[in-house]
Amino acid sequence: MRDFTDAEDYEQGMEHIDPELMTRVLGRTSDYDPDDYSDRDVLDAISSENVSEDGFGALLSSAAEPFLEKIAIRAREETMKHFGNSVNIFTPLYASNYCTNRCVYCGFNSSNVIKRAKLVGDEIDREMKAISSTGLREILLLTGESRTHSDPGYIADLVSRASRYFSNIGLEVYPMNTDEYRKMHEMGADYVTVFQETYDTDVYRKVHPAGRKRIFSYRFNAQERALIGGMRGVGFAPLLGLSDFRKDSFACGLHAMEIQRKYPHAEISFSLPRFRPFINHEDAENSVTESKLLQVAMAYRLFMPFAGETISTRERPGFRDNIVKICATKMSAGVSVGIGEHSGSEKGDAQFDISDPRNLEEVMNALVANGRQPVFNDYIKV
Amino acid sequence: MKKLNDDLLDIGGRKFRSRFILGSGKFNLDMTRTVIENGGVEMATLAVRRANAGGMENILDYMPGSITLLPNTSGARNADEAVRIAELARELGCGDFVKVEIIRDSKYLLPDNAETTKAVKLLKARNFIVMPYMMPDLSAARDMADAGADAIMPLGAPIGSNKGLLTREFVKILVEEIDLPIIVDAGIGRPSQACEAMEIGAAAIMANTAIATSRDPASMARAFGMAIEAGRLAYLSGPGRILEHGAEASSPLTGFLEDG
Repeated sequence: MRDFTDAEDYEQGMEHIDPELMTRVLGRTSDYDPDDYSDRDVLDAISSENVSEDGFGALLSSAAEPFLEKIAIRAREETMKHFGNSVNIFTPLYASNYCTNRCVYCGFNSSNVIKRAKLVGDEIDREMKAISSTGLREILLLTGESRTHSDPGYIADLVSRASRYFSNIGLEVYPMNTDEYRKMHEMGADYVTVFQETYDTDVYRKVHPAGRKRIFSYRFNAQERALIGGMRGVGFAPLLGLSDFRKDSFACGLHAMEIQRKYPHAEISFSLPRFRPFINHEDAENSVTESKLLQVAMAYRLFMPFAGETISTRERPGFRDNIVKICATKMSAGVSVGIGEHSGSEKGDAQFDISDPRNLEEVMNALVANGRQPVFNDYIKV
Repeated sequence: MKKLNDDLLDIGGRKFRSRFILGSGKFNLDMTRTVIENGGVEMATLAVRRANAGGMENILDYMPGSITLLPNTSGARNADEAVRIAELARELGCGDFVKVEIIRDSKYLLPDNAETTKAVKLLKARNFIVMPYMMPDLSAARDMADAGADAIMPLGAPIGSNKGLLTREFVKILVEEIDLPIIVDAGIGRPSQACEAMEIGAAAIMANTAIATSRDPASMARAFGMAIEAGRLAYLSGPGRILEHGAEASSPLTGFLEDG
């Protein structure tokens, strides 16, 4: 584990980055035992001013489960200090669902028979217009991972069109090289999110048998390449439930922390995806309960109090409305996951079903009723 | 002694009766007006990146017309970016004041003094009234003053920390050595800490988190307003001397002197 490398598997054109940071994160994760903490360790972590790496481990451990309420009080305090009661609102745009990977847990899996499509030309503008007419200023552009159907030129075009309608553009697409990220940044994107899915390299290999995604370290180093390419912020997440969610969350926190230390200006954020029913995988195991999901979210908050946390529409309204009172700082609203759905002409299937179907106004009203301040724009491109 | 009524804060030739500058952006927009009124606030900061580009829930729509806006350059990582943001603020109709905020650390949000000094110079050349947010360092403050700053805004503690006037001694040095209003910005968590900063000669206090995180922001704004005024009055009155080591010697140490 300590000497993990998959550099020999790199495909032609994949950029190499010094694996030192990754080696450190994986090494410390393999030393982390989530069952090796006591009540006292957890209470010490809750009451320490700056939560250490070990304290972070304690907060993620099974020993912390009885202390969720105590942790929540502390998490709320930290969130208020760093973000006040602001909650950023954005919406994702699913532009293409072509994919060459075969992630065994995913609805976009290239061997799944679903309706494949991508938005082109005027369709893109139609979708973006429909979204921006609701008042939203921030968009997250998503595609499946296909460098053929959604090549870098296609994504650059998406970004460039988005910059006409939105003030803040994020990308959740396949990992790219530094020069490609630089190009995207020049076109107007400033945030890059890449989910590592799992930090357990054995499980990673097993669930990603094909496609460029099978190469763990190329994906792991995506955030670093994005920052070198000029991006302002980077997002991190494991898909909770794919492997041991405690170890994966621990690794993810360390990954983000190490990146921030190396690139102190980087804005850091976490996402909180967990298993939900997927097309063709309705029976997928959903082992991460709401309590466990909240535990992870709060541990991130205490470990990196300044980091953003995004909660998706894969969670139900009651969960979303309450987690923003404790630790989440950003949520999507008015989400359509099918290709072309915003402008009412769905041409491709969705990756998953959402659990919060409320429109933007309903989400906003709930936020205000809960004493939160919805924020549509907190960003300026300079 | 100068009476409190005639005692005005002068920043770049603009006069203010209130010495309480409110930071915005950590509480509900519809609270803004109430907090401003309760605190007797005349100047409030505004993150340009939040006021930027329309959209819904624009903070500009919630600021009373009587308020002097102090747009900040948050989001800037160097001097050039700060200038671009300041210019955007002017285009948005936010006036000529600008609080320079240049931050290259997303964890503690501590300001970069060197880039800030550069930005002060560039912004003065563009006729802004420039108020740099800075680490209280005397050399840097002198450079900023030389570059044309209209006030200096040293931090009391890391932003949002509510830890109070941790930089007390250094702020005091700035008060003594720099011939500009010294405005303590960031870290002030309680009215008593604001009062203390005013007692040692700060010209004004900027606060946000302390009010936003209180249970009753409107009342807390009022408490801050009162504390800042009390501290100012104490400063103007010249606080009484503290006898540091117990008592004066009973036979004076200098009693032997025979000057003839």
